[in-house]
Amino acid sequence: MLQETGTEWLSQEVKTGTTIIAVEFDGGVVLGSDSRVSAGASVVNRVMNKLSPLHDKIYCALSGSAADAQTIAEVVHYQLDVHSIEIDEDPQVRSAATLVRNISYKYKEELSAHLIVAGWDRRDGGQVFATLSGLLTRQPFAVGGSGSSHVYGFVDAEFRGGMSKEECQQFVVNTLSLAINRDGSSGGVAYIVSIDEHGTEEKVVLGNDLPTFFDQ
Amino acid sequence: MEKRSVDSRVRGVSTGTTILAATFDGGVVIGSDSRASIGGEYVSSKTINKVVQVHDQIFCCMAGSLADAQAVTKAAKFHLSFHSVQMETPPLVIAAASVLQELCYNNKEELQAGFITAGWDRKKGPQVYVVPLGGMLVGQPVTIGGSGSTYIYGYVDAKYKPNMSREECLQFATNALALAMGRDNVSGGVAHLVVITETGVEHVVVPGNKLPKFHNE
Repeated sequence: MLQETGTEWLSQEVKTGTTIIAVEFDGGVVLGSDSRVSAGASVVNRVMNKLSPLHDKIYCALSGSAADAQTIAEVVHYQLDVHSIEIDEDPQVRSAATLVRNISYKYKEELSAHLIVAGWDRRDGGQVFATLSGLLTRQPFAVGGSGSSHVYGFVDAEFRGGMSKEECQQFVVNTLSLAINRDGSSGGVAYIVSIDEHGTEEKVVLGNDLPTFFDQ
Repeated sequence: MEKRSVDSRVRGVSTGTTILAATFDGGVVIGSDSRASIGGEYVSSKTINKVVQVHDQIFCCMAGSLADAQAVTKAAKFHLSFHSVQMETPPLVIAAASVLQELCYNNKEELQAGFITAGWDRKKGPQVYVVPLGGMLVGQPVTIGGSGSTYIYGYVDAKYKPNMSREECLQFATNALALAMGRDNVSGGVAHLVVITETGVEHVVVPGNKLPKFHNE
């Protein structure tokens, strides 16, 4: 580190090394993310909201390369807009996830981003879809980003079907807090989005309000 | 001297593994999975025991290259038994950890092995020490290691409480191993656990089909 001139971060790719999670409950979904964007060892944005709206009741969570993820989200946002005008009603979550998957799969060699798509629609209620590497699979919950590997054990142990919206929100906040504590590329604040039949609610949990554990 | 490559295609048997140790009120639990694999493609042993006894009430768990770990624990066992004869008293847990640390640090270029040491001694009671790859030594109330440990950092941070009872700690350790084995393809088999207290040592083996199951199984 003695030779570091301090400008390496200018030439390193900007990644949302991150933790993202989405959980389904009976009647909707809860999405959560941290807020750190890093370029090598530098944090270039400590308050980025990685939960991006694709439609009123459909959001996606971004991870991987910041540029790739944001671009996919913007393109799909546009495609969904056109699609919902064509069918003259709100789009299905599966449609949004399929659009994301189509881009991720077709350009899988060039892109390096993983988006989790979650939302509520009238036909199937709350749904969570993972689109890693161009697959499309519906899951009761999904985690992603560099911080997710540290919390696989926790989410496997703690997730139960049939949780209420408040229990899901607590589960998401706990998971994000644990991942932020262990992953150097995740940090900052926690953004939580809850979507159900009545609407979409966005919330921020500041760093010092996150849950703490036995060694803190 | 060439540093051996750290990637999974290194030749030789590696304990892609999950190991852990945790202190509870009156003792420690130390445990591991039982899988040894070559390059993550072939399971060379389904029932290897990675928890090694280095003295009456001191045990070690090994991670990394199986050959290196076995060689180091053999040398450590010898050093420790000689030390305890000279001192005319059972060795301290930190002495065992220090012996491992010296071996790992002085041979850091050639070796690729990490250790968790846990035990009970009369001076400080139950203790856990970790000696990772470079040869650092640090004491902690709970520690995890091996490739499978990345998946359970969140679980251990959330669920470990200092001064648990023996049963709670055993359940915690079994759950943690089961969760790691469920996600890491180079950890698996049975869960080997050893409970060490002032009064003695107890081995618990949990076969694969008796491990706790979680929502997705």
